[in-house]
Amino acid sequence: MSSIGTGYDLSVTTFSPDGRVFQIEYAAKAVDNSGTVIGIKCKDGIVMGVEKLIASKMMLPGSNRRIHSVHRHSGMAVAGLAADGRQIVARAKSEATNYQSVYGEPIPVKELAERVASYVHLCTLYWWLRPFGCGIILGGYDRDGPQLYMVEPSGISYRYFGAAIGKGKQAAKTEIEKLKLSEMTCREGVIEVAKIIYKVHDEAKDKAFELEMSWVCDESKQQHQKVPDDLLEEAKVAARTALEEMDAD
Amino acid sequence: MDLEMNLNAPHSMGTTIIGVTYNGGVVLGADSRTSTGMYVANRASDKITQLTDNVYVCRSGSAADSQIVSDYVRYFLHQHTIQLGQSATSKVAANLIRLLSYNNKNMLETGLIVGGWDKYEGGKIYAIPLGGTLIEQPFAIGGSGSSYLYGFFDQAWKEGMTKDEAEQLVVKAVSLAIARDGASGGVVRTVIINSEGVTRNFYPGDKLQLWHEELEPQNSLLDLLNSSNPEPMNI
Repeated sequence: MSSIGTGYDLSVTTFSPDGRVFQIEYAAKAVDNSGTVIGIKCKDGIVMGVEKLIASKMMLPGSNRRIHSVHRHSGMAVAGLAADGRQIVARAKSEATNYQSVYGEPIPVKELAERVASYVHLCTLYWWLRPFGCGIILGGYDRDGPQLYMVEPSGISYRYFGAAIGKGKQAAKTEIEKLKLSEMTCREGVIEVAKIIYKVHDEAKDKAFELEMSWVCDESKQQHQKVPDDLLEEAKVAARTALEEMDAD
Repeated sequence: MDLEMNLNAPHSMGTTIIGVTYNGGVVLGADSRTSTGMYVANRASDKITQLTDNVYVCRSGSAADSQIVSDYVRYFLHQHTIQLGQSATSKVAANLIRLLSYNNKNMLETGLIVGGWDKYEGGKIYAIPLGGTLIEQPFAIGGSGSSYLYGFFDQAWKEGMTKDEAEQLVVKAVSLAIARDGASGGVVRTVIINSEGVTRNFYPGDKLQLWHEELEPQNSLLDLLNSSNPEPMNI
């Protein structure tokens, strides 16, 4: 799939002869170089997890947040260029509060996903803008239940049962497909997400990483929040044990 | 006696409007009098206006103001429905009405009652009086005729009525208000909204029950002289 679009890749407003916009594809590559981000839809909510690759040992644990709350009922996990991600999160928060002010109810997750996707797509239409170099996993819980969306740098947004972006996305997707999501609660889902992230982390290429997880489910009263510390610890322990068992084979 | 009628006074709907929830939906009711000062400009107006398939609004106060607000909200709701891909909820309709009423409170003079049914909340009634407050209530009354109904509803309102009980309550209440309020009159219109859809009903003024001291309609008071009891005027 890797090819250079010599001559046709200088601007996001240029198509190549075979109908591709190379700038958008290059933006997607920026996402692929980032740490893995996954999201799953369990029967009672959404769980999202991020493999935060630690750039420097001097950073405090818990810094460089990758998962953000957009509104009380929804959150976003970002992969790719962090500064681009900050812009998109700000826009999503603004859309959500504006919708609430005008319509008097929390923004439906479908509507939020459409607005974010439309904003990302906007930046692929003008030569004086560059596409966002980030992929977004958006999870929320509204009147129609829990929903999970993924937005790519091209501005495409689809609804998913399970989604993965970043370095280990292929391996992560295979693992997610093995899960029986419709029968799983979010409590169980948190353990599974941690196991997957530990599994797809490449010890050789990337040294240390920090696991960041959030959920929005019945147990959290349909509010988006960080996974409680005790459950997070439990998940990390389970993930490390699972890895050791695999290595022991 | 003031025989000078101000025919150029702004059209105002003196009005009695009512919205009531019942077990399964809502019933909206209103009278039909629109007055310009003392002159009845329209004796058969329809004060219950559609906003969407499942949400209607009762209008009171200035006829022009209430119409323009309804028109704007119908327009916004239409766009919202297209964007959302499904019917708007009654709460959203009420909020849009409230935003217009509150933000333009210096210019508008209209009290509205929004009533509708949606699949998430069922039947709901929202009152938006003059200043632009929004309040969700099991029942709401408004307009000049509503002053005479506060005590009546305190006594007659019950939780969990059937559709027919609710409609009978609304018709009786509007009829009582028409009897006492000079700015309300004409016919009683009702709109029932539930999961099955919308039903409009019409009760002509002369078919309504007579209240205290109300006389039977008659062609001429002189007929009294030829009737069986020729001196009914004697106290």
